[in-house]
Amino acid sequence: MLIGAPKEIMGGEARVALTPDSAKALQKLGYECIIETGAGQAARFDDDAYQQAGVAIASSADELFQKADIILKVRSPLDEEVARLTKDKTLICWASPAQNAPLLDKVAATGANLLAMDMVPRISRAQKMDVLSSMANIAGYRAVIEAGNQFGRFFTGQITAAGKVPPAKVLVIGAGVAGLAAIGTAQSLGAIVRAFDVRPEVAEQIESMGAEFLMLEFDEDGSGEGGYAKPASPEFIEKEMALFRDQAPEIDIVITTALIPGRPAPKLWPAEMVGLMKPGSVVVDLAAEQGGNCDLTVKDEVIETEHGVKIVGYTDFPSRMATQSSNLYATNLRHMMDDLTPEKDGEMVINMEDDVIRGVTAVHQGEITFPPPPPKIQAIGKPAAEPTPEPTAEEKRAAEMAAMRKAGQQQTAMLVIGGALMMAIGAYAPASFMQHFIVFALACFVGFQVIWNVNHALHTPLMAVTNAISGIIILGSLLQIESSNSIVSLLAGISVLIATINIVGGFMVTRRMLAMFQKS
Amino acid sequence: MLSQNIVTAIYIAASVLFILSLGGLSNQEKAKRAVWFGIIGMALAVVGTIFGPGVGLSSWLVGMLVIGAIIGAIVASRVEMTGMPQLVAALHSFVGLAAVFIGIGSELDPPMLTDKVEIIIHEVEIYLGVFIGAITFTGSIIAYGKLSGVIDGKALVLPGRHALNIIMLLACLVLGYLYLNHAGSWTLLVMTAIAFVIGAHLVMAIGGADMPVVVSMLNSYSGWAAAATGFLLGNDLLIVTGALVGSSGAILSYIMCKAMNRNFLSVILGGWGGASGPQMEVEGEMVPTDVDSLATDLDMASSIIIVPGYGMAVAQAQSAVSELTRRLRDKGKLVRFAIHPVAGRLPGHMNVLLAEAKVPYDIVLEMDEINEDFADTDIVIILGANDIVNPAAKEDPNSPIAGMPVLEVWNAGQVIISKRGQGRGYSGIENPLFYKDNSRMLYGDAKASLDQLLTKLS
Repeated sequence: MLIGAPKEIMGGEARVALTPDSAKALQKLGYECIIETGAGQAARFDDDAYQQAGVAIASSADELFQKADIILKVRSPLDEEVARLTKDKTLICWASPAQNAPLLDKVAATGANLLAMDMVPRISRAQKMDVLSSMANIAGYRAVIEAGNQFGRFFTGQITAAGKVPPAKVLVIGAGVAGLAAIGTAQSLGAIVRAFDVRPEVAEQIESMGAEFLMLEFDEDGSGEGGYAKPASPEFIEKEMALFRDQAPEIDIVITTALIPGRPAPKLWPAEMVGLMKPGSVVVDLAAEQGGNCDLTVKDEVIETEHGVKIVGYTDFPSRMATQSSNLYATNLRHMMDDLTPEKDGEMVINMEDDVIRGVTAVHQGEITFPPPPPKIQAIGKPAAEPTPEPTAEEKRAAEMAAMRKAGQQQTAMLVIGGALMMAIGAYAPASFMQHFIVFALACFVGFQVIWNVNHALHTPLMAVTNAISGIIILGSLLQIESSNSIVSLLAGISVLIATINIVGGFMVTRRMLAMFQKS
Repeated sequence: MLSQNIVTAIYIAASVLFILSLGGLSNQEKAKRAVWFGIIGMALAVVGTIFGPGVGLSSWLVGMLVIGAIIGAIVASRVEMTGMPQLVAALHSFVGLAAVFIGIGSELDPPMLTDKVEIIIHEVEIYLGVFIGAITFTGSIIAYGKLSGVIDGKALVLPGRHALNIIMLLACLVLGYLYLNHAGSWTLLVMTAIAFVIGAHLVMAIGGADMPVVVSMLNSYSGWAAAATGFLLGNDLLIVTGALVGSSGAILSYIMCKAMNRNFLSVILGGWGGASGPQMEVEGEMVPTDVDSLATDLDMASSIIIVPGYGMAVAQAQSAVSELTRRLRDKGKLVRFAIHPVAGRLPGHMNVLLAEAKVPYDIVLEMDEINEDFADTDIVIILGANDIVNPAAKEDPNSPIAGMPVLEVWNAGQVIISKRGQGRGYSGIENPLFYKDNSRMLYGDAKASLDQLLTKLS
């Protein structure tokens, strides 16, 4: 089948859904690839690079849509693109089906398939195709860079001959992928980073990135399904606002990334907070597309308030780093095609039994199949139970003492029983037997003491050595071989033979084995 | 001709050398010297006995010694390292058979004993020595057959097998009573035949995954057989050495059982312990992968743990594994091996195979040393292991292997499972690991897969 990627026609969109690298990978899956001329220009992939990767060039969007069976796109299709779809075509792109019901109707009317990349379920197996994560990662990074662009100071604190510079204080609200990426970037630029999230379980992730987690003393868990946040109660919001009010005067840069799936962005940084910030501070609102976390955000613009706080409302952070984001997006798409091509023969199969494929399929053969049923596998394992409390030092010591006492009692009991047994045997057995018995008991004891120290890795050589040594039974046959009874002599001879095999074979094999052990 | 006292002195030296030999196995560097202690001890013991009182250097004796030595040398130098379990089992059977012959020989040509109690003790010794020897002999032969694949590796469970064992044991006891009351040598011979059957039946009932325990148990038996022979001949060196070997095998069996969280008796008597209730349903699907994507993943990973199992031994994949390890380490990646105590068919089986393929032993770690590191590991590659990485042991209280310590590979970023097909492990239990989200199945022969992988790695 032929996979094609048209030039994105949405204004300001610089990304492209097919890169020369991803095209090579798709060809390995058995597909052929085609791209509209100039589609990769804005992301710095020229037509020559595609041709070298074996991609055909279509001279117009019309030609591309006509030829390609599978169309890969970044943005959701505009009306003129939907109009080019026909039955048997499959469009794979970012579609936001929950917010975009009219689009689904229009695509369904054409009879084509629509796979929405932003609907990839959040399960480990599907991470490689999770475009939300890969794009959020870029957005988080770029948000810090844009903030730095607007911010008039260093991120890191410096003491120089020309004076002391305090470090910038950055607050990241919402520790999803974008938030964590922003924390990491700001941290590596040298800022003091604090972060807040309604889901207490992300505290560890925040701290692992080196930021300080702002704890909210409140007994409510904000985690919703699929690892996303859920709306909070009014009491909770009040507490949260009090916390932010404390922070706002200190903070130089705020990066808000709070989103709740399928709802307008929560207003976490109202005008009041902006008013509390110092002049020259910057707010970057990554939720601008869904209405913004800040009241004052203007979509796609940078505004400056009366007292000098800048608010960045860009919605195209990934597109601002088009080469990087195209590469990641195209790789996500390639992984998706990988799953869609079970036989690796260039034939796409939309398997509605597969959780991931079912999840992304919004329109299937002209029928709207959105929303999908919840996936069979739980997204992210919830901690099953409270971990049992660590025993205190005293409890531990008490337990150890008890165990030692018990072991001591057992040992005493065994010694007493063993001693009694010896006495019983000694009372009846003749002296010669008792002498041998002492030797036997001591040898068992030595054996136990010695073997416990043998390295686990050497258990096979140990076995081979003990096997060779057990060939000592040859002594028995040696003592019998001179017997006057010819049958005894014959049996003893055979015993000598097999015991010798055992001894020689056992020792030689052990030596071979040990010769192989070497240190790096 | 050496006097009895000189021979005794030689025996003392040999005993000390044997103890040093076993003790020297505590680390790899000392181990090579330790084997020499064993060899010298054995040589002293044999030479001392031959030139001691009552034995002479007849041509019959020399012929047998030379032929045995030649056969032993040939077998030991020809055997593949993967064939080690079979060889060890086969050699055990020789000790058992020798014990039987010596016991019967002593019955036919009894020493001069006057004291009545001494005669009874001597007879008990003969009886016990032959009994243990016979069980060791057939048990080892069956173990050899199972390990080399001549006999089906699955547990043969006869109806009423416990009752059968008890009846045979009782028969041996009755025959023993008759034997001690001088009913004749036939009782000894009949008991030998019954003990042969018991040995075979015991090992037949034990499944493949329990083989390491069986082999070390037979090792232990061969030691006890030697010790019993020592009692019967009044030879202290035999007693000492037999006791050393016997206790060594017993401890190894104990370690194996503990590693499987199994009761020693239930292993020896065959079959899994009593689990009740339905096992957990396994949800999800097995996701296949290929060497290309594995090569890319390995390129990006920084820490890798390889978990080998019996499948690696079967596929003879150890040298390919070694080459893979070398290449990955050259790229600066952290590569380690995690060895479960019961991986393979012998205690320490995997260590020997990896050592054969020249994998440095300091990156080969035991379960307890490495289990906590899986969470920080990018990729785990499982080569032909199944039960030892089965999360059901931890998660499902109704699983037959519940409570067995396992390698917690599922905590790693990604788990690659190299496996022949979709079948189950030796224990026949479903493995939920294969259905986990971060698991990928690499179907096919382990060696073929790895060889292909090596061509893809730059």
